[in-house]
Amino acid sequence: MGSSSETKENSLLSSETGIQRTQYPYVTGSSVVALKYKDGILMAADMGGSYGSTLRYKSVERIKPVGKHSLIGASGEISDFQEIMRYLDEQVLNDNMWDDGNSLGPKEIHSYLTRVMYNRRNKFDPLWNTLILGGVKKGQKFLGMVTMIGVNFEENHVATGFGNHMAQPILRSEWHENLTFEEGVTLLEKCMRVLLYRDRSAVNKFQIAKITEEGVTISQPYALKTFWGFKAFENPTAGAEGSW
Amino acid sequence: MTKQQARFEPYDFNGGTCVAIAGADYCVVAADTRMSTGYNILTRDYSKIYKLADKCLMASSGFQADVRALQKVLGAKHLIYQHQHNKQMSCPAMARLLSNTLYYKRFFPYYTFNVLVGFDEEGKGCVYTYDAVGSYEKVGYSAQGSGAKLIMPVLDNQLKSPSPLLLPAQDAVTPLSEAEAIDVVKDVFASATERDIYTGDKLEIVILNADGMRREFAELRKD
Repeated sequence: MGSSSETKENSLLSSETGIQRTQYPYVTGSSVVALKYKDGILMAADMGGSYGSTLRYKSVERIKPVGKHSLIGASGEISDFQEIMRYLDEQVLNDNMWDDGNSLGPKEIHSYLTRVMYNRRNKFDPLWNTLILGGVKKGQKFLGMVTMIGVNFEENHVATGFGNHMAQPILRSEWHENLTFEEGVTLLEKCMRVLLYRDRSAVNKFQIAKITEEGVTISQPYALKTFWGFKAFENPTAGAEGSW
Repeated sequence: MTKQQARFEPYDFNGGTCVAIAGADYCVVAADTRMSTGYNILTRDYSKIYKLADKCLMASSGFQADVRALQKVLGAKHLIYQHQHNKQMSCPAMARLLSNTLYYKRFFPYYTFNVLVGFDEEGKGCVYTYDAVGSYEKVGYSAQGSGAKLIMPVLDNQLKSPSPLLLPAQDAVTPLSEAEAIDVVKDVFASATERDIYTGDKLEIVILNADGMRREFAELRKD
């Protein structure tokens, strides 16, 4: 009888068959940052997978290609992202089977994701992710974002989660339309370094991906150079009376 | 494991303000282009004005995903209407369709705040204003969204619409000229942007008149 109030509280959300819905995420990925540059889109994400505050996985690929013209980056629940990749791969496969020379572009994939995310929120069974979709097709660059409840938009530079606080201000002051590939990578690395220093769930193992008219390239994992030897970091409790 | 994460929240409020003014031979609809969530700005350039028919526009604020869904539903319904009747829907018909579409989701509402503008059967400018579940009224001017509470009293003061209680019914259209109406819109948005954090960045103004449709932009504060 003690649990009856608890059951009642959730009765609106759980149906009679008692199916489970994602009420909160388990294994989560941190920020994704992406920007438009001269020839296409650049996207960066670290490879950490957190189980609450535990760093549980350290080689999670959170940036994936979708068909020939698109690149997806995900933060949030990793398993939901893997399910989204199954939806997208099915979509791309089915598109290829028509063999009519047409193919889904980034705009179409983004629109599809928008509908999938919104439909799942309508069923009170959300996919717990914020997604970034970038791509180039027929000379048109595309960069957009979709959240777990279906909010969506396009922008010249986007960042999920913590990145919206830490990386966007940097991008707003330094981004411009004609960034070269090298400038773009440097700018993304600057953002990722700030995130690495300030976001506790970030790890120093990154992938940067590039998409242009020629296609997708996702880098091998690599680490950023960091510096922790600041004078102010030494003996941080000096002056704090009575502390360790 | 202790639950440290917030429970699933199906709604968000992405802010934004919409204003519409109807005149005898024109109508003006305007909205800012900021989209926010909480204290974050998601984008500074998102249009809230949607063209439903050649002479019918809807401006919407609230929860962006619901706004988008609502626009898609109305767009699809209007496409079917055009196939069946070989003409575009009139603005009063679209107004009722919007009301019914909103009420259809009465118990899981579209969290959207809309104004609809266009021309009525006599060719006069008209504005329809809504709540989230479909209650609506034909008016001469209206404001909706996060800055409505700052803008609406100013419009009441400056545009002096005749009381809807007057008999015989008075025309709701404003006495202003088109250029004056556009100036009023620019002023009220500049003022709302000062005090409402969800309003700002840029103002999009769409004007409908005998010449057709015209679009203007004005800058707003970005802080």
